[in-house]
Amino acid sequence: MDPVTLLTVVVLAVFVGFEVVSKVTSKLHTPLMSGANAIHGIILIGAIIVAGQTSDPWLLTVAIIAVVLATANMVGGFVVTDRMLEMFRGRKPAKADTPAGAGTGEVAK
Amino acid sequence: MSVLTPEWTALLYLVSAVCFILALKGLSSPRHARRGNLIGSAGALLAVITVFLSVKLDNIPLILAAIVVGSAIAVPIARKVQMTQMPQLVGGFNGVGGGAAALVAVLELGHNVDVWVRIAIVFTMLVGAISFSGSAITVLKLQELMTTRPVLFPGLRWVMSIAVLASLASAVLVVVTGSWIWAVLLLILGLGVGVLLVLPVGGADVPIVISLLNAFTGIAVAASGIVLENVLLLVAGTLVGASGTILTMAMAKAMGRGVTGILFGAFKGGSTAGSTTVSDRPVRSSSAEDVAVQLGYAQNVVIVPGYGLAVAQGQHTIAELATALEDRGVHVVFGIHPVAGRMPGHMNVLLAEANVPYEALKELDEVNPEFKSTDVVLVVGANDVVNPAAKSTPGSPIYGMPILEVGDANQIVFLKRSMRPGFAGIENELLYDPKTELLFGDAKESLSQVLAAVKAL
Repeated sequence: MDPVTLLTVVVLAVFVGFEVVSKVTSKLHTPLMSGANAIHGIILIGAIIVAGQTSDPWLLTVAIIAVVLATANMVGGFVVTDRMLEMFRGRKPAKADTPAGAGTGEVAK
Repeated sequence: MSVLTPEWTALLYLVSAVCFILALKGLSSPRHARRGNLIGSAGALLAVITVFLSVKLDNIPLILAAIVVGSAIAVPIARKVQMTQMPQLVGGFNGVGGGAAALVAVLELGHNVDVWVRIAIVFTMLVGAISFSGSAITVLKLQELMTTRPVLFPGLRWVMSIAVLASLASAVLVVVTGSWIWAVLLLILGLGVGVLLVLPVGGADVPIVISLLNAFTGIAVAASGIVLENVLLLVAGTLVGASGTILTMAMAKAMGRGVTGILFGAFKGGSTAGSTTVSDRPVRSSSAEDVAVQLGYAQNVVIVPGYGLAVAQGQHTIAELATALEDRGVHVVFGIHPVAGRMPGHMNVLLAEANVPYEALKELDEVNPEFKSTDVVLVVGANDVVNPAAKSTPGSPIYGMPILEVGDANQIVFLKRSMRPGFAGIENELLYDPKTELLFGDAKESLSQVLAAVKAL
């Protein structure tokens, strides 16, 4: 790939990252950290590529270790982030006088 | 298999990248956050399927088995870990990601002779290795498998400088020669630098280091995208690098410290340990029953939970107390400092786990104007984050740190273990204020007593 294209992609990604993260509420900084953590588990596809293109048993062993580590990073990261976010609930419907299941009717501040 | 054309592959990777951006964007409100995370994981799954369909791969059964093993290790841990242990879990997952990036880069060394690609390779190896070993130390510190105090020894500075110079030298040698021996040496030196970087950091600062290492891993993954000519790795890694950087700076600001101060403060001899001197000025101490009466007959109560609450695991008791007060018609909100708990936003997670609705969790800017109309503020296991010295004493180490201005409230009740100053080691004038009362003891025990007394009212 030509270097200028790569640089363009990097610069745009940096700005998107800054822009998106600066809007994250500080209430959710812990899930943000673990969610971003899960995203860099995408190194898994790199690990799959190197594992699929080597025949040397030693190198293959190293590559397979990388696949295991990257999977743990990605899958574990998404699972634990989901577990945390599941716990963030609005007020119980009974208290907020909204019908059961109508969580969208609430006014979140 | 390579059933997908390069164009389709690129398109599917683009979809994955958009999913990742949406995952981060979802976190702007608690209501859409979970859906965002699901979109992110769908994007990751799509990317993995795409790689199997677009690249000619050998050893597929072995790779699939490794994916199963990795998931089988991570999922039970992710499901069972306690919310108070979240910092070490994030640190651990971050470390293995960094390790994976470093290993991928080493394996690519044999395929590439281009100087620029080799520079990206050594960069990924070094940063990934630092992230791996640094994260390992943070996990050991947070899990209290080693001392949480800064670890210092004479000549640490020199050892560190030599390690950094040696890794740079071997990085250059790897780029020039492409030799495996130097590559292995570079990995070992990288691991050493990671350890030396985190050892001198004190326990309370470790979460900032986790965030920083998270950014490191992101950057390493981005560099591996250059090595493998894979735009998705490049974009996803850069996103994480940028977000990790912002979050690290935001945390440092919320703690009133610079990132370099945290990392290198110990090197300069400045202690991050905090003083333990106890003043003998008089304070008003109170009983659980008195506190219960004040809270039970108030109209507006703000609870300010801090690190001490997380340590005492008192989040469920405090949630019960809030419910008991709400049942009596008292309006209760939680005023949460950005760095309350053991990592930023941690207190929100702990309280959410205890079923406190997120509307009751108020951020610093939201809650500060409310203190003037607050009858009682209940400060549980927090000290520095409410210390007025941050606003009034220019010479103070925490000067400039944003605080919860609880001094504006009518009455203040501190639940404290002892009169020992907080982490920053500074006296809190608020403790000697006439409208302040103190209830000494373990946060969880004190809260249970107050809860029982409120119920008996």
